[in-house]
Amino acid sequence: MALATIIQNEFDQILANWMRDQGREGVRRTDVVSARESEAQSRELLQALARALRDTRSDDTFDFSNPGWDPVREALEHISQTRTESGVSPTEMAWFIASIKQSIFTILSQRNADDPKLLIDQVWMVTKIVDQMALHAISAYVDQREAIIERQQSEMTEVSAPVVKIWDRIVTVPLLGTVDSFRAQTVMENLLQAIVEREAEVAIIDITGVSTVDTMVAQHLLKTAAAVRLMGAECVISGISPKIAQTIVHLGVDLPNVVTRGDLQSGLSYAFERLGVKIGG
Amino acid sequence: MGASPVITITGCVIVAIRDNLDDRSVMMLQDQLVEEVARTKAKGVIIDISSLEIVDTFVGRMLGAMAEMAGMLNARTIVVGMRPAVAMTLVELGMTLAGVETALNADKAMGLILSGRASTSRAR
Repeated sequence: MALATIIQNEFDQILANWMRDQGREGVRRTDVVSARESEAQSRELLQALARALRDTRSDDTFDFSNPGWDPVREALEHISQTRTESGVSPTEMAWFIASIKQSIFTILSQRNADDPKLLIDQVWMVTKIVDQMALHAISAYVDQREAIIERQQSEMTEVSAPVVKIWDRIVTVPLLGTVDSFRAQTVMENLLQAIVEREAEVAIIDITGVSTVDTMVAQHLLKTAAAVRLMGAECVISGISPKIAQTIVHLGVDLPNVVTRGDLQSGLSYAFERLGVKIGG
Repeated sequence: MGASPVITITGCVIVAIRDNLDDRSVMMLQDQLVEEVARTKAKGVIIDISSLEIVDTFVGRMLGAMAEMAGMLNARTIVVGMRPAVAMTLVELGMTLAGVETALNADKAMGLILSGRASTSRAR
């Protein structure tokens, strides 16, 4: 009997066995996926599988990229998405799909017991298909994670470099945490843009909140300072802690033509001095 | 040839570069500016590059050379209005225009020249 026909005819039996196996293998995760939802997902996937097998006649050849397998891929992506959101790990996801094998193998061995060669072919075919399904589920899982990371990154970029006008003709950007090339670039762009918009003459980069300064960070600071100067403003780097001062000297980084100050206050008073701003008291 | 107009106001030679420069018009402009500085005994030169979207190494070097030439005639050169994108590109190219003074716009540069104050952004 052909594989597609068997799965079609024994659909309920396979589904019931699969649900039982899921419970036994401990992949059901009743804490995050309800029994009803779990069954609905299993049914959805098995139906898609049965349909794809019928449509593609994959008894002889199997190509997962065949359009006939689209419903299976869609079902996998859907399940992967709902499970990812409820906190299921990729291992459990793959296991959930792999656990379908046993229920299908059991039925196959019952129906084709008299034809060992056919049975082995079918077992091999089912293994190939289920493995592909598991792989696809994992890659869908990774894609969804990537999308989440990308979104968070863009959200972080928005908040990571706020350029503030703190006085007439003075803008400042406080840097926090780790500075990588991407962020350094964003900071530079935002700062230069702000200089144009606010007609600033002094730009203060405050690195009080920067955890570590290595040669790369120093390099970025130098570049930013040079670009600020080209725009016609002056760059002050404030918030140089004693530790960072030591690091910079030990690294052998030279900060020529850049004004540095220990804290934001000194940076600001330097800016006032340059601009001839007088503060009462 | 769309040469940029060079005008002199109260001892400042001012040129607003209009479009992206080719190498020939860069040389022409340089000639024109030095002539004008010598003729008017100007105290300062203001080069407005706010309409330039691209500044290559050649133009960058020309700006440096201009500043040096004007300096020999006792005039300060201030480059104004550089766009952020241009500034970033020049820095990436390693051109920091060390000998050139910069200011945000022509108005501020004019103030600097007339008051004789040093630009906040002069390389020290």
